[in-house]
Amino acid sequence: MDFLLVLVLNSISYGLLLFMLASGLTIVFSLMGVLNFAHASFYMLGAYFAYQISRWIGFWPALVLAPLAVGALGMAVERFALRRAHKYGHVAELLFTFGLAYLIEEATHLIWGRSAVPYRVPPDLDGPLFSIMGTQYPMYRGFMMLVAVAMLVSIWLVLKKTRIGLVIQAALTHPETVEALGHNVPRVFMLVFGGGVALAGLAGVIGGNAFITEPGMAAALGPIVFVIVVVGGMGSLGGAFIASLLIGFIQTFAVSLDWGLFGYNISQVAPVLPYLVMVLMLIVRPKGLMGTREG
Amino acid sequence: MKLSVWVVAAALLAAAPWAFRGSFALTLLTQMGTLAIFALSYNMLLGQGGMLSFGHAVYSGLGAYVTVHALNFLGKGAFLTPLPLLPLLGGVAGLAFGVLFGYVTTKRAGTTFAMISLGIGEMVYACVLMFPGFFGGEAGISTNRTVGQPLFGLNFGPALQVYYLVAAWCFACMLAMYALTRTPLGRMANAVRDNPERAEFIGYDTQKVRFLQLVLSAFFAGVSGALSCINFEIVGAENVSALRSGGVLLATFIGGIPFFFGPVLGSVIFILFVAALSGVTKAWLLYLGLFFCAMVLYAPGGVASLLLAQIGVIRAGKFGRLVAPYAAGAAACALALCGLIGVVESVYRLSDSTQGTRMALAGMQLDAAQPGIWLTSTLLLAAGLVALRLAARFISSRWAELRPA
Amino acid sequence: MEIRIRHAALAAALLLGASGAQAQLKIAYIDPLSGSFANVGEAGLKHFQAMAEEINAKGGVNGQKVEIVGFDNKVSPQEALNQLKRVIDDGIRFITQGNSSAVAGALIEAVNRHNERNPGKEILYLNYAAVDPAFTNDKCSFWHFRFDANSDMKMEALTTWMAQNQKIKKVYLINQDYSFGQAVRKAAREMLNKKRPDIQIVGDDLHPLGKVSDFSPYVAKMKQAGADTVITGNWGQDMSLLIKAAKDAGLNADFYTYYAGGLGALPAMGESALGHVKQITEWHENVLPSSIEKWSQDFEKKYKTDFYYLRIRTAMQMFAEAAKRAKSNDPKAVGYALEGLRFETPTGEVEMRKQDHQLIQPLYLSTVQRMAAKGGPKEVKYDVEDTGFGFKTDAKLEASTSAQPTSCKMTRP
Repeated sequence: MDFLLVLVLNSISYGLLLFMLASGLTIVFSLMGVLNFAHASFYMLGAYFAYQISRWIGFWPALVLAPLAVGALGMAVERFALRRAHKYGHVAELLFTFGLAYLIEEATHLIWGRSAVPYRVPPDLDGPLFSIMGTQYPMYRGFMMLVAVAMLVSIWLVLKKTRIGLVIQAALTHPETVEALGHNVPRVFMLVFGGGVALAGLAGVIGGNAFITEPGMAAALGPIVFVIVVVGGMGSLGGAFIASLLIGFIQTFAVSLDWGLFGYNISQVAPVLPYLVMVLMLIVRPKGLMGTREG
Repeated sequence: MKLSVWVVAAALLAAAPWAFRGSFALTLLTQMGTLAIFALSYNMLLGQGGMLSFGHAVYSGLGAYVTVHALNFLGKGAFLTPLPLLPLLGGVAGLAFGVLFGYVTTKRAGTTFAMISLGIGEMVYACVLMFPGFFGGEAGISTNRTVGQPLFGLNFGPALQVYYLVAAWCFACMLAMYALTRTPLGRMANAVRDNPERAEFIGYDTQKVRFLQLVLSAFFAGVSGALSCINFEIVGAENVSALRSGGVLLATFIGGIPFFFGPVLGSVIFILFVAALSGVTKAWLLYLGLFFCAMVLYAPGGVASLLLAQIGVIRAGKFGRLVAPYAAGAAACALALCGLIGVVESVYRLSDSTQGTRMALAGMQLDAAQPGIWLTSTLLLAAGLVALRLAARFISSRWAELRPA
Repeated sequence: MEIRIRHAALAAALLLGASGAQAQLKIAYIDPLSGSFANVGEAGLKHFQAMAEEINAKGGVNGQKVEIVGFDNKVSPQEALNQLKRVIDDGIRFITQGNSSAVAGALIEAVNRHNERNPGKEILYLNYAAVDPAFTNDKCSFWHFRFDANSDMKMEALTTWMAQNQKIKKVYLINQDYSFGQAVRKAAREMLNKKRPDIQIVGDDLHPLGKVSDFSPYVAKMKQAGADTVITGNWGQDMSLLIKAAKDAGLNADFYTYYAGGLGALPAMGESALGHVKQITEWHENVLPSSIEKWSQDFEKKYKTDFYYLRIRTAMQMFAEAAKRAKSNDPKAVGYALEGLRFETPTGEVEMRKQDHQLIQPLYLSTVQRMAAKGGPKEVKYDVEDTGFGFKTDAKLEASTSAQPTSCKMTRP
């Protein structure tokens, strides 16, 4: 029973981390039609910036400053590069972010080296939260869940209770109409892109010290995030939330179950299951779980 | 396309090994030929069919695996086929997998198709590592191409013979793929790319058109995979990797998606970057990334578009007017490039402490730790960027003059 | 193009450091020099360069100075084959490589084919880190020499030590799902079963290489099964993430690994590894007293990387000795002199076995501990990568312990 509880808690915390990553991507994808291949690279930059800032000042300032820095970088990328690519179509934007991912990885190699950097959990958050029958549940995981939920709540508040949120909501489903109504859609795009990658940066700040901060972390999590956005559906944050938890549960539970299939254990294929889910979803229901538009 | 273009292409293919000698140059040329077939097949999907795929290496890789097993069977005398016909087997294998995966993936185009192809690519790659019996694990399966009966005295051991085999197949595939663009299927693929709704209205099933286009594209991808197997005599997980799929995307885009010969050009440039540039500088990946991003932003039609844009002007006899602005542009480029190389190489040298901070650049001995080189390079780069802006304005104003002509 | 290619090779040689204007005996180092594994490849290159300097200071090999020329294999077997073509073009007759086994397999086949098709221009291949057992069994070749204990040998030594530790009762196996990981688990199961049939193997997991971010489900399984020991061949982030997850969950098991001391692992794991992560290697910096203590500290100061590969030092010294005995720098002659060669190293006598070209050398089992200067045991004089953590020897396993029978049937030229 305690084993099951630990599994459930692990699934939820992993799923919430994935949601932090996927939420930014969903918003950007839904609004601008751009699937940002470099989204996971901004996640990585968030972790590295947090590492650097926490060495200079401390972890708690880094929690605020690093996402802002990543957001500023994202806005610059949108303003000076993505906007140019926009007029050549979605394929060009996608390809640009594809190249951008390579560039960010090389730049990271140059600045911080190719090995992992010692970005550690701050001592006040390090340690067990509670113990169930000998298995500890780390405090930091609880902190992760807290931050993710706080983020979800604040996104909801911004979208539902502010003016800019109103514009974004409208543009999520009817971007051309919003432009026709006279809103400065390019500025909205820039803010939204910056905001989306800032969310990824925040996920990096939290995830970088829970896991390892090294140049390969973008490539490790990147594809999974696309799966979530696709499975959750375009235009739907709620869908992304459900999909993140779903993927978190699938990956965690698949590892723990020792079912055999033709001599192969299901835990061997566990990390590949999300792709299977995505392909099946795209075949059966291309809109995704709760999507309002299609690709 | 005019006959003259084909004659020139054939001549270039035949003469290349005499212009570029050495076994390294020869292997580069062979790889360019193989990648050209792969990139052309990819453009059948992207340029002609409007389907962006992130998993095209699946078809070439699986074709390569089937070929390597066939070659090993050949070695054991199981059946008799001359080596030059093996790429057909690779093509058929690619076609079979195209039928298998294509049926479910071509229901929709656009982002949906791209994501499914990504998912399938990841799954096939994972399967390759999980079933070492057929796939040989990440080390792969190796083979020997000098088995079987020699054909007219050629046993394909020497690299030169392999090059001509690849060149012959490359030419044949180019002809075939070009012919395909002139068929009703090819035209309908273009129609489906441009306006699927309208294509449905006039009675064509868009899914069927896309499916057929994918299947044929997979055939040629399989041919390219088989040739790669013959060249390297080893097939491994990297043949189906995301890196390989990404590479052909880069190569096709750099060359030029809207033009038939674009991917061929792109293959040449790509191999030069990856195989040759990487021997000169460790920053090759950065240069490739910058080049690719610059192309996306400023020349999304690829290098081919830049070249072909000049044809109209040349025909009108007005190219002389463009010489001055182009020269200015080239000079500005050179300036910016010098600055960029200075900065990038210094950064790389500092980040790698193997040799200390000295480095040899363009024949000069420089020290990356000194502020001198940083200052010079940054100034050069800044000056170069400003010069580029001015030159771009000059070029576009000159073009504007010429346009009504 | 021909001139540019030559310039490229020259520039590469310059950029990667020629150690003297008249270097004549070139050894090509074909390992990753760009991309994510560049730091591992560069560290190995530094080791080879240091040894080349030392050999040249003593007069070189048969009058020729040694030069190490780097070639980037990008951890891709096909790219390594491209680089081999450049090596052949440049007339280099000796190659060395270690990362990865996939590349090594491709190189062995290519070298065999080249030597067969080009008699008189043979190439000799010194393998310093690719541990797939096949290369000294059914894929063995006269032209290939391996200086690292292969993965079966390391498991033999590990399990021999584990067999006499009565506290080990429940063992959990976790490995990466590719040929190396599969070989590790197979060997672990067979050898444990033979030496201590009472040990229960309570779990056996294979996970896709480099794709798992969250190891907590695996650790939860280990806890559930009550494992007191874990054997893993994981390296890189798969290793670091596993250890961190184990610490987070408070798993009290000992981890027996191959690559805990690998570049970047200890900085990533930090405190999580303390006291219960072990490694099996042919050397670590706290094997003291040692005749090369000063040398290794000088190396670290000069090249800014830890001296990790004693086997590279051994390989280069044996290479020079073999060439001296053969009185020739021709690869075939050197090969004949190298096989069967016995050599004295700082850890004891080693032998390059004639039947399969596998080096038989002593191995050390060691555990991560805090360095003495930071309050740890006094044996831990030096730390790894300035982390404050280093290794403390648990046991030395003599060369004969790890030796394995071989199925190699070598055809000699």
